[in-house]
Amino acid sequence: MIWNDDFETLPREAIESLQLRRLQQTLERVYATVPFYRKRFEKAGVKPNQVKSLADLRRLPFTLKQDMRDNYPYGLFAVPLDQIVRIHASSGTTGNPTVVGYTRRDLDNWTEMMARSFAAAGAHRGDVIHNAYGYGLFTGGLGAHYGAEKIGASVIPMSGGNTKKQLMIMQDFGSTVLTCTPSYCLYLAEVAAEEGIDIHSLKLEIGILGAEPWSEKMRDEIQEKVGIKAIDIYGLSEILGPGVGIECIEAQAGLHIWEDHFIPEIIDPETEAVLPLGEQGELVITTITKEGIPMIRYRTRDITRIIAEPCVCGRTHRRLERMSGRSDDMLIIRGVNVFPSQIESVLMNIDGVEPHYLLIVDREENLDTLEVQVEVNERTFSDEIKVLQQMSRTIQEAIKEMLGISCRVRLVEPKTITRSEGKARRVIDNRPK
Amino acid sequence: MKVTQISIFIENKSGRLAEVSRVLGEKGVNIRALSLADTSDFGILRLIVDNTDLAKATLKECGFTVSKTEVVAVEVPDRPGGLASILDILDKASVNVEYMYAFVERSAGNAVIIFRFDNVDDAIRILQEKGMTILPGERIYGI
Repeated sequence: MIWNDDFETLPREAIESLQLRRLQQTLERVYATVPFYRKRFEKAGVKPNQVKSLADLRRLPFTLKQDMRDNYPYGLFAVPLDQIVRIHASSGTTGNPTVVGYTRRDLDNWTEMMARSFAAAGAHRGDVIHNAYGYGLFTGGLGAHYGAEKIGASVIPMSGGNTKKQLMIMQDFGSTVLTCTPSYCLYLAEVAAEEGIDIHSLKLEIGILGAEPWSEKMRDEIQEKVGIKAIDIYGLSEILGPGVGIECIEAQAGLHIWEDHFIPEIIDPETEAVLPLGEQGELVITTITKEGIPMIRYRTRDITRIIAEPCVCGRTHRRLERMSGRSDDMLIIRGVNVFPSQIESVLMNIDGVEPHYLLIVDREENLDTLEVQVEVNERTFSDEIKVLQQMSRTIQEAIKEMLGISCRVRLVEPKTITRSEGKARRVIDNRPK
Repeated sequence: MKVTQISIFIENKSGRLAEVSRVLGEKGVNIRALSLADTSDFGILRLIVDNTDLAKATLKECGFTVSKTEVVAVEVPDRPGGLASILDILDKASVNVEYMYAFVERSAGNAVIIFRFDNVDDAIRILQEKGMTILPGERIYGI
């Protein structure tokens, strides 16, 4: 179902003229109210009134996560604090947290975009939405919550963790829609099996999964193991929170990004040049309706491409291909760019192998080494050494073929790779910094 | 005439073998025969026990990966060349041995070889035709 027919099916020209008008307004506003942007624009030698077309956007400088940290906590806010009604922040494990503020209208827009997203994923009034995204400073929980209420569904504000209780509530409350990370969704299925709960007997129909990159194979596995339609959702707190983009249930192929609120661009992460439409690179987003903390050409570090072809669902907003990794998750091993998601897709292509893996990168005698730990399960286990060694070799060769680097495959006992209740940790890099 | 063996995947790190024997001991499972095949990273522990189902369920509960395999127990003639005579029969009949291990039967004092074949039924038939003594599962579980 399309939540907001007027906006979601706007013809291309109408979207673009709306984008230009809103972009120009946003640029005037940040130039006047945020010293950081004024300085940056001046340094780049560009004034807001010189942006006369969407193509002129590329004349503006990028905004980085580091800029948010440098202006911690409120330096990038474009309105006085008395107009901010909500504050969220990222965890900030590697520095100052990044802080975002929302005006009343920002929250209304966010709720609208989450409502569109839920509707696109096939959720509606009458659904029981089991929201296992974390509530708190993280945007996931509250972002999904208000959108779910907006469409008239019954929301269970579960938040993350306490997996056995999550399963009990799902059984007893008849949850029909689950929102969480894809890795947590699989973890729920595993714990259900351990507890003797037939997860297929639950009323769950749809999983709206995001906050970490995942693969098409992982989707197949979730859909089969949990018996749900698994829908990819995209968002980041710097831009909005969840609901920046979502797959429609009709196509499940690419995430519609709400183009009346955002302008996406794809750049080469190395040269920073804007790439031609349809090419893969780093996603850059400019917000054009945000009041609290507008973002101009924010480098998301997410790797994707823009799909301009029309979608079967009737929405005219362009789609982003499923995120295939993050440019800052990228490991450089012996000079080769490696995304953990690439290794995941190799593993998922090997029959019976679980998507639980851990990459250990180290350096021995000035040479980078990669160890891939893979869990042995009942399907892959054999009582013959040669069969297991053959599986290791198959994985090794498949990785070598895809990435061109040799690795060591280490088979480990089941469930020894830590299951996260939030974002999965896939890499341990022990190389000296 | 087949014997059911359980195989357990064990990572090559300290305490794993002890853990297997401890949990089986706690459930009163008695180990009759065992063999450990190992590589630098992992090992496969193969056990014949008095209560296969209980052992498998117990180990699974403790998070181990366990599988059941059919193996064949052959009594070895108690004389020099006894083992060679069995292997000779298998070789002549082109029966491939995946792996084997030996233990000594308590009552008769004879050596028993546990064989894992690709084709268990053919192997049993060939060995019996040549007059070899194949011990039934019950004999091994209850030795």
